[in-house]
Amino acid sequence: MKGWMGKFRALSLLGLLALVLTGCGRENLTALKPKGYGAQTSYDLIILTTVVMSIVLLVVAIVYITVLVRFRKKKGKENFIPKQVEGNKVLETIWTVIPIVLLIIIAVPTTIATFDLADTKGAKDKLNVEVTGNQYWWHFNYKGQEIQTSQDLYIPTGEKVYLNMKSSDVIHSFWVPSLAGKMDVNPENENTMYIKADEEGVYWGKCAELCGPSHSLMDFKIVAVSPDEFDQWVNDMQGVDPKAVAEGDTAKEGQELFNEKNCMSCHAIGSSPVQVGPNLTDFGNRSKVAGIMDHNKENVVKWIMDPESVKPGNKMTNNYPELSDEEASKIADYLMQLNPSEVTLESAGD
Amino acid sequence: MSIAATQKRGFGAVLWDYLTTVDHKKIAHLYLFGGGLFFLIGGIEAMLIRIQLIKPDNDFLSAGLYNEMITMHGTTMIFLAAMPLIFAIMNAVLPLQIGARDVAFPFLNSLGFWLFMFGGILLNCSWFLGGAPDAGWTGYAPLSTTSPGHGVDFYVMGLQIAGAGTLIGGINFLVTVVNMRAPGMTYMRMPLFTWASFIASVLILFAFPALTVGLFLLMFDRMFGTAFFDVSLGGNTIIWEHLFWIFGHPEVYILILPLFGVFSDVFSTFAKKRLFGYTAMVFATMLIAFLGFMVWAHHMFTVGLGPVANSIFSIATMAIAVPTGIKIFNWLATLWGGNITINSTMLWSLAFIPSFTIGGMTGVMVATVAADYQYHDSYFVVAHFHYVIVGGTIFGIFAALHYWWPKMFGRILNEKLGKLTFWTFFIGFHLTFFIQHFLGLMGMPRRYWVFHSGDHLDTGNLISTIGAFLMAFAVIVFVINAIVSARGEKAPADPWDGRTLEWATASPPAHYNFKQTPLVRGLDPLWVEKAEGKAEMTPAEPLGDIHMPNNSFLPFLFSLGLFVAGFGFIYQTDNKAWLAVLIGGMAFSLAMMVIRSMKDDLGHHITKEELEREAD
Amino acid sequence: MSHDHSLNPETMPHDPEKATLEGKNKFIGFWFFLGGETVLFASLFGTYLALHNSTAGGPSGQDLFGLELVFVMTVLLLTSSLTSVYAIYHMKNNDFKKMALWFVITIILGFGFVGCEIYEFTHYITEYGFSFRSSAFGSAFYALLGFHGGHVTFGLFWAIVLLIRNAKRGLNLYNAPKFYIWSLYWHFIDVVWVFIFTVVYLMGKVG
Repeated sequence: MKGWMGKFRALSLLGLLALVLTGCGRENLTALKPKGYGAQTSYDLIILTTVVMSIVLLVVAIVYITVLVRFRKKKGKENFIPKQVEGNKVLETIWTVIPIVLLIIIAVPTTIATFDLADTKGAKDKLNVEVTGNQYWWHFNYKGQEIQTSQDLYIPTGEKVYLNMKSSDVIHSFWVPSLAGKMDVNPENENTMYIKADEEGVYWGKCAELCGPSHSLMDFKIVAVSPDEFDQWVNDMQGVDPKAVAEGDTAKEGQELFNEKNCMSCHAIGSSPVQVGPNLTDFGNRSKVAGIMDHNKENVVKWIMDPESVKPGNKMTNNYPELSDEEASKIADYLMQLNPSEVTLESAGD
Repeated sequence: MSIAATQKRGFGAVLWDYLTTVDHKKIAHLYLFGGGLFFLIGGIEAMLIRIQLIKPDNDFLSAGLYNEMITMHGTTMIFLAAMPLIFAIMNAVLPLQIGARDVAFPFLNSLGFWLFMFGGILLNCSWFLGGAPDAGWTGYAPLSTTSPGHGVDFYVMGLQIAGAGTLIGGINFLVTVVNMRAPGMTYMRMPLFTWASFIASVLILFAFPALTVGLFLLMFDRMFGTAFFDVSLGGNTIIWEHLFWIFGHPEVYILILPLFGVFSDVFSTFAKKRLFGYTAMVFATMLIAFLGFMVWAHHMFTVGLGPVANSIFSIATMAIAVPTGIKIFNWLATLWGGNITINSTMLWSLAFIPSFTIGGMTGVMVATVAADYQYHDSYFVVAHFHYVIVGGTIFGIFAALHYWWPKMFGRILNEKLGKLTFWTFFIGFHLTFFIQHFLGLMGMPRRYWVFHSGDHLDTGNLISTIGAFLMAFAVIVFVINAIVSARGEKAPADPWDGRTLEWATASPPAHYNFKQTPLVRGLDPLWVEKAEGKAEMTPAEPLGDIHMPNNSFLPFLFSLGLFVAGFGFIYQTDNKAWLAVLIGGMAFSLAMMVIRSMKDDLGHHITKEELEREAD
Repeated sequence: MSHDHSLNPETMPHDPEKATLEGKNKFIGFWFFLGGETVLFASLFGTYLALHNSTAGGPSGQDLFGLELVFVMTVLLLTSSLTSVYAIYHMKNNDFKKMALWFVITIILGFGFVGCEIYEFTHYITEYGFSFRSSAFGSAFYALLGFHGGHVTFGLFWAIVLLIRNAKRGLNLYNAPKFYIWSLYWHFIDVVWVFIFTVVYLMGKVG
């Protein structure tokens, strides 16, 4: 008897422990604290289904425990032969019908929400961003805005932003748990979804479909700023002069190296459509280096010198001329200066 | 033949016997050995995965090796561990439960096993030949078509060969059930395990060909330059996803239904009660199987199929909860009012109910499309399918092994070790996987080589890894139990006061199973006789000659040919000289087929006199 | 059960292919197998339908297909199905010689079909440069047709092996099921061809 009770105590304790120790996860990463329309819709359904299913679990648990307590073999009745019951029509009907009713309770709001989240009819008048998934980074092209950027996607709060997603290589999946559920990024067809952030913030995004060795390192950010700030950001980004000369000696030399070493054959600064590698227009303001490392010069140099050690299987390794530490440092100085807008991560409260 | 008698013969003779055997009971031993071996390998892979995830930004495994590990863990556990272990149980028990002397096609039974074994070995050879497959067990194109090296080639060839074996096994059990039942064993008197195995075999028959085609397309894209999944030439990678899941979802039910059957038999035996709602149980199983073919796209909710398709597949998926619920309540009703004995077998079976209910509960949750956008490909899904596959299939396999070990080997597994295995595994299992629901919702996608220290996922992963170690310990204890059982308590014919026909013959049975085919007079035929005060079954025929099939070495050789040809296929992309190996292997296999066709195999007879002599 | 399975007109059961347990097992087992084969071809048809417009700038079905040849192939294969029915009719009457004769005619028709198919493929490759590497359509076309053609070829060799093995001893209850399931296999291949004719050629030509 002790064993059984112990099991249940262990189980419930475990669940509690898990929640207490970890809370609901990291703010702006967890799906358990929704900050956007899609995530909220999903969250409501998560709660509904959990409640309904917990009721079922509770009923099963009560019957189960009763069975174990009442009908275990008892001393003195070892040879008792129970009545051989064939079945019971009424009971069997009950436990067929009730689940059907419960499922309808779940199915109706599910279907409504599914159609709602797939409704992209309003896309025409809104902000549309072409999202391209690449091994192992994300590219964003603001349609009709002449803005190209990578890794950090700026959006205005309070309105739906439509994402037209396609992959340039293998299948990826676009997931920003705090804002919306995920959608696959396929190589053969464009998928459209929308996101809407309720409040300002920097939201963490992850790739959710196995795409190679660095699948777990394909992080990106969504930076939600107020509509006014967003307009300013758009203005600043559109006004970028890719040829603008850098400030400071080392940065200037870095800029020259950047051009000499042909970095521009893969990377672009400004609205050039080149996207073999990430667009670097607002590199200086990125939240992370390569999506995962703290944003500082040291890490930029580390990436330039040995990208393979940071993201195994990336496409940059061995595809650029050899650089000395000093050259890399100068290029890093230049890149850190690419900071065209006043609207930054701090604007989103990060 | 008892184990003692076997031990008297030389090792070579025993080995030759097993290499050529067509006896379903010995093939069950082979499947148990093969499946068990791959289960241990898959378990080691799982442990390496959990060690890698014990702390943030860990570098215990490299990124590439980690992807190989998750791919091989999934592939091994599904195709090379769970399936063959289920086949081991089916082979050991199903013919006995219907009062048959063997399966319908003993030769094909052996062929099915050797194809599985050689396919599994071929797949695992990849570890030593440049790296294992690394595109996930689902092998999504174009990651799988563009994956460098030969890893995915081994995946394709290994699964193709092993899959052929499974298909053959499925057809064999179907025909066995249709044609080989003892007199009086009508369909609606069959034990639930037989029923569930029968229905699972139908699923195998209709699901595996889709995988065959999928693997074929993948193989041609990788090895011969076709363009099925090459987008630049008009290919479409979603076709792979469809084919894979048209196979893959029924596969889930192939993995669970036979164990539903096991639990039904076990509950009925140890509660000393007839199964509650037998007819409903049978039809619920059929309904689950039928619906199982209608729901494959719920693995593809995020692919972009559109809200109409998503909603239809969502509702169809939820509908499966109804027959599954019927089963859970029927099991509880079977136990209700019973006289319940709790031993190792029952511990696994009783633990199954809450564990699987949680798995079913999260199953409905992931079927909820708009919420699944969050669950999909996250650790929530990892938790969900481990709750159903471990909490259902693996618990069921352990229950079945404890239950039928006496029938398979003539010995009873040690209770103390059995309980130790159960409790450590049970606690470890929930410790490992319960927390993963939350990890998923907290933003951890599946197949992640590392998580970062800022992600707040440390504690959950640590707990999960600790649980995994407990499970590993439990499995080691079970292996020890299995080994020492060779000297354990000898089993009588009917150690559990059983109800079904397998308990009406010796433990282990003679190789012809029943000296006289029994006459079945109702559901739970042995129980019917016991209730009338009889000790054994009434025979349906007078004692006479028994016709038995001959052993054959051809299945082994045939599979060996395909195994060799597999290497030819894989390496001809590097060097055309390997085409010779390819053709040689295929020709060898074809020659074995022709020999089989040319040489009559009429079997042999055990005469009445021999049978009478053995009785003395 | 006796060792002697040989037949004569007196002991001839109505369905020799199902007269023994082994025969019954083969009979039902093969029907199950054909169920699996149905899924196999359904998957290939699905793949073909998904990709039949993905020509990647290469030739399409409309450019390639010539219905005359396909019509001849259809006639050959459907006739062979009929002749295999005659063969089984004679098997049931325990007339090995006539059965063998009709089997041979069936095999000849089958080889005619395979010959046409080889000609067709060669024609596509040499005249249009249309191979299974040309486009996703090419891959799907050759996969579906190749699987079917492979089945036909395998069936032909299977039938030859059966005839050679049993040429000297005639029919008995051991080999009757083998001939019978071969005929099932052959009918199945025919049915698949009817679908290929409709889905690939007719729909491909009409568009």
